[in-house]
Amino acid sequence: MKARYTLPAVLLLSSVLFAACGNKEEAQPAANNTQTSPTTAAATDTKAAAPAASAADFKDATEQYRTYAISEIDAFVTETEKFTEAVKAGKMDEAKKLYAPARMHYERIEPIAEALGNLDPDIDARQGDVDDKDWRGFHKIEQGLWEKKTTDGMSEYADRLLQDAKLLRAKVETVDIDAGLLVTGAVELLNEVSSSKVTGEEERYSHTDLYDFVANVEGAQKIYEILKPNLAAKDPALEKQIGEKFEALNKELAPFATKDGGYVTYDKLSKEDVRTLSQNLDALAEPLSQMGTILGV
Amino acid sequence: MSKKKNDEQQLNPTPDAGQESASLFRKPVSRRDMLRLAGASGVGLLLGGSGAFGIMAATGATKQPASDKPGSPDNVTTGIPDANRYDFYGQHQTGITTPSQNFMCFASFDLTVSDAAGLKSLLQAWTRASASLMAGELLDGQNENLNLPPADTGEAAGLTPSRITITFGAGPSLFDHRFGLAGKKPAGFGDLPPFNGDNLMPEWCGGDLGVQICADDMQVAFHGMRNLIRIARGSAVLRWSQEGFQRSTESDPNKATPRNLMGFKDGTANPSVQDAAMMNEVVWVQPEDGAGWMTGGSYMAVRRIRMRIEVWDRSSLSDQENTFGRYRVSGAPLGSQHEFDRGDMEAKDTSGKPVIPMNSHMRVARGDGKMQILRRPYSYSSGMDNTTGQLDAGLFFISYQRSLEKQFIPMQQRLAQIDALNEYIQHIGSATFACFPGVRQGGYIGDTLL
Repeated sequence: MKARYTLPAVLLLSSVLFAACGNKEEAQPAANNTQTSPTTAAATDTKAAAPAASAADFKDATEQYRTYAISEIDAFVTETEKFTEAVKAGKMDEAKKLYAPARMHYERIEPIAEALGNLDPDIDARQGDVDDKDWRGFHKIEQGLWEKKTTDGMSEYADRLLQDAKLLRAKVETVDIDAGLLVTGAVELLNEVSSSKVTGEEERYSHTDLYDFVANVEGAQKIYEILKPNLAAKDPALEKQIGEKFEALNKELAPFATKDGGYVTYDKLSKEDVRTLSQNLDALAEPLSQMGTILGV
Repeated sequence: MSKKKNDEQQLNPTPDAGQESASLFRKPVSRRDMLRLAGASGVGLLLGGSGAFGIMAATGATKQPASDKPGSPDNVTTGIPDANRYDFYGQHQTGITTPSQNFMCFASFDLTVSDAAGLKSLLQAWTRASASLMAGELLDGQNENLNLPPADTGEAAGLTPSRITITFGAGPSLFDHRFGLAGKKPAGFGDLPPFNGDNLMPEWCGGDLGVQICADDMQVAFHGMRNLIRIARGSAVLRWSQEGFQRSTESDPNKATPRNLMGFKDGTANPSVQDAAMMNEVVWVQPEDGAGWMTGGSYMAVRRIRMRIEVWDRSSLSDQENTFGRYRVSGAPLGSQHEFDRGDMEAKDTSGKPVIPMNSHMRVARGDGKMQILRRPYSYSSGMDNTTGQLDAGLFFISYQRSLEKQFIPMQQRLAQIDALNEYIQHIGSATFACFPGVRQGGYIGDTLL
């Protein structure tokens, strides 16, 4: 998805940066960069070789994440099947109960789905995200269940949703999971929360946004935990800070859990609750976005 | 500044003379000048009448009443450099191909008058006010009568016009049944269609009339907007308004392309406003475009685009640059050296992927490169979003074009579908205005329509 600088790109970018420093001390930064370092040759080599060298460093991490992602997607397919069967059988209450928990498996690994072309909009688009004629997936059925209060006409969408879920399972084998994907994926998961869940816009009919919220955070935390050894080696203070911010956010989320293992609907949250959650999320996402430091330059 | 003087005078009235005589004698210099002017022009004695300021305004020699301290800096209102003011009257409205000023105030109005006569008198009053505002003069009317609120609200007294421009346009709703204008609605002019990902809020959309006020000084721009709103009271109400800014010309001696709040240069691909033929091609409505009253005018698209500032701030540089398809520092297309390089759309990196990503903003906006618009955006910051505690800031997008249907809409449809930037922005507001052609001396805004 990103963060794979080729060597020429790095060099070009550097030259552009220095050129843009303009008239004052034009040559100096470049000189600093290449000559004042005591280990010039070694440093340059490391820089150039960083992506190749790091792939091995992160082999454990990427394998762990692949296992995690596949187990989540397996669970996603299983739970989606139960959900779609309830929809097709016209069992409204059961379908409503299965809806949000099934989605959590998806929300935990959403960046993987987003890396797979059109699958994310097919499964997870909200009304208005795509042309109306192309709109399908969870939120289409959500609208049926909660707003239109019927499963009529939903069978077709249920079938397609299950097909798309199975397609995701098949395609996940083809995703090239590297450390760059993990690093950006963690931040993207929190951005997902920031952009739609925290405002209650994701689940506009069912108001089950907190399920997605929690799942996105869990997905990001999983990546953090997988990368923790690498991060602790590179920047222990950052590793500690991120851990604390996860703890703080989870503490803010805890009171909204219900006894049955679910979460209260989003309309139960006060304005202050929403703002505090949003601000805690930003406080976590900012240091989390520094995790790219483990990838080198 | 002049207000301060008045306050002092009012706080220290001559004890035995009373308010009235204090008023009568408080500005000997100014009054002498007026008497002389009145006599010379044969108008007669108009002391205290509404004509007095009319004369002063008409001479263009004063911006505010001469004070009782001749030579005080407040008083120096002549010799405004031409570079600082634009003529209100002309073939086209100003504020369209005018080089962007530092600040903007935008006001969208709903009319409360119910007939064309009411609309016409509002537009005539706005015309008079706009001519004064752009000349840097006090608004015409009673500005000294202690028994009346001053005609001009006063906060721009002593300030230069600061290149203020005021640009008026008619919204699609103006052409409903109320004013008998339904038959004059230009073909293809209307509200913008829904675009993918829109999150429009009614409180940031539409309006019967739109007014864009730009100036190099925020207080001058605000003064313009405020006085137009005041004049409209009883005829139109404010529907929404937005202030905007960009880096000031003073802080950018190199006159580089301004950067938006994402830190990227914005407007690199804009056509040159110096190129008159290009402006006729892209911006100004031509006689063959239909709706004759719009010839010489331009269609304005307005989008209030909120940036997900917090999300953007935590995106890696490579994500940011791939999103725009340009380098952040230089503004050059990825793979190119200079800002104004066209960019190699065919170039592939070592892994075979396009150097300029297929969904990058620059690539998608360009399309086949055949259609252009004139972008004239400002950044905005409207404090905090009370729901999330995040910044409510972004881009107040304005563009001008001959045709919304042929230029803006197809471009925005492409962008709404695949632009990588969509992850970081949200379209909150939307409006379109048919901006009238310029006003000739003696005419008024919109006189080709009414």
